[in-house]
Amino acid sequence: MFRFVLGRLLVVVAVAMTLSVVAFFLLNLAVDPAQAIAGEEANLLEIEQVRQRYGFDRALTVRYVEWFSAVMHGDFGVSYYWNKPVHELLLDRVPETATLALMALSVTVVIAIPLGCAAALNPNTWIDRLALGIAVSAQAIPNFWLGLMLIILLAVIFPVFPVSGDKTLYHFVLPSFVLGASSVPPVMRLMRAGLLDVMSADYIRTARSKGFSGWQLLLRHSLRNALLPVVSVLAVQLGHKFGGSVITESVFAINGLGRLALESILGADMPTVQMLVFVFAFIFLTLNFLADIINAYLDPRLRT
Amino acid sequence: MSLLSIFRKTQLVSDARNLTPSQVMQLKASHHKGFKFGLSLLLGIALMGFVLPLMLDASPYDQDLSMRLLPPVWIEGGSWQHWLGTDGNGRDYFVRILYGARISLVVGLGAATVGMLIGVTLGLISGFYGGWVDQVVNFVLTCQLALPGLLLAMTIVFLVGPSIMVVILVIGVLHWTLFLVVVRATTRRIRKLDYVTAAQAIGTGRFEIMRREILPNLMNQIIVIFTLEVGVAILSEASLSFLGVGIQPPTPSWGLLIAEGKDALFYQPWLIILPGIALFLLVLAINMMGDGIRDITDPESQSEGSS
Repeated sequence: MFRFVLGRLLVVVAVAMTLSVVAFFLLNLAVDPAQAIAGEEANLLEIEQVRQRYGFDRALTVRYVEWFSAVMHGDFGVSYYWNKPVHELLLDRVPETATLALMALSVTVVIAIPLGCAAALNPNTWIDRLALGIAVSAQAIPNFWLGLMLIILLAVIFPVFPVSGDKTLYHFVLPSFVLGASSVPPVMRLMRAGLLDVMSADYIRTARSKGFSGWQLLLRHSLRNALLPVVSVLAVQLGHKFGGSVITESVFAINGLGRLALESILGADMPTVQMLVFVFAFIFLTLNFLADIINAYLDPRLRT
Repeated sequence: MSLLSIFRKTQLVSDARNLTPSQVMQLKASHHKGFKFGLSLLLGIALMGFVLPLMLDASPYDQDLSMRLLPPVWIEGGSWQHWLGTDGNGRDYFVRILYGARISLVVGLGAATVGMLIGVTLGLISGFYGGWVDQVVNFVLTCQLALPGLLLAMTIVFLVGPSIMVVILVIGVLHWTLFLVVVRATTRRIRKLDYVTAAQAIGTGRFEIMRREILPNLMNQIIVIFTLEVGVAILSEASLSFLGVGIQPPTPSWGLLIAEGKDALFYQPWLIILPGIALFLLVLAINMMGDGIRDITDPESQSEGSS
């Protein structure tokens, strides 16, 4: 187990390092940071002064090493656009996005897992078809459009929920439904397939012959094994929730990381964008790492 | 597998003994409701996007400021002259939505092609060679999966400058992982089969083996993934355009139409509702077709609507 965890950890570190290189070089080659700081109207001399003052005239590799060691020390740089340290910007916005992502994941779990179980326990019936229909439709609905439809229906025509904002948890209900709905199809399908698979296993037949049936069979015997692959997919989906927050937050005007990302991109504020790309990737990697560990803990066969 | 299903299968085989594989597929396709529905809907939308505008004498860019924000014909104040109404610049909404189908289909097909080229190439190479090549590809895959795709796409499109070509390339470059995973797994299995060994024994080059012996056997799977990725790419383009870092005005992309209608949310909701329905129907048609092709080309499946 220790060797397994260590191996996975090494992969996470290697991937994180690679991505930091990619993000740094991509964004620094694509835009001239001196130009971005000096502004659109600056002449060549002014740009050159900025370049020398901030040290942008040195080799990219040197600047990368400098940037990376600063990040390791918790210094994420200063945003040109907001004129604030990047880590302050990020920390300010983390609570909104974390709330949104976790609530969205709960929505996914609450809808997808019962639906998948119901479909698997009643294969080829109307329940199964309904579940499949929901999955197929949810896959085809554009996320931002679903958000706008819900605003029109549940905030304008029937004013049950607020139109936008992030003041109370109540404001997060519609956005988390929208963000959560997009993960329902993959989780539901996996739950259904996994449970169908488990239900035809020998040990379930044994349990049946011992007289277990219905909910007892599901809860005590089959669900545990069928949930294994679902755990990793939920981790992946939670990772996607952070990246997907860009759209939902802009539709519902939530001041989280996603909105910060959009605003920074439109403001050509590369230090912030660079850090956001890195942070989102890091969250994703960490969640995957945790899922791998949980899975290996639950199923010893996976410890390779 | 129950006795009954084995029986049913042998019966199916004996019924089909005089049919070639492609005839069996045709038979399955003609019985698959989802596939037929998806295909007809897709053909309908494609015809409306590519052929109908040629017959109509109207441009999606013609403005008429005296005709701004007309409602559709079924709402009071609407007329058959602009049966889906007009937008904030007095442009006919029906014509704009028609042209939007072109953008979606072109971007979807283009981006899925780019993704396919990358994913299939990497999958073939890593599945065929294995060893350290496979490990390198696997590392690249892990990196790609960890990257926040939408955020990166937004950034690159913004920096490089938005055009249809850039949008296609960026979405394609970020959507190849599914091709890679599936192609690699199948290649790994196929390359151990006797006929590949035989081809090696008579001195066929590695590239030729991949192209002529392995690739044809992957086509069914590739087509299924390609279809589903077209749907994903269309939704990505719509999201990018909606956020303002994709197709730029005045080009009538559906995502952009929805973004433009957002300000009129309270008074002219159809400006949002109509292009969204178009987007939903197109992606639904494509996904149903993809699921259908999977059922039809899978030799194990017993056709009939289930997936």
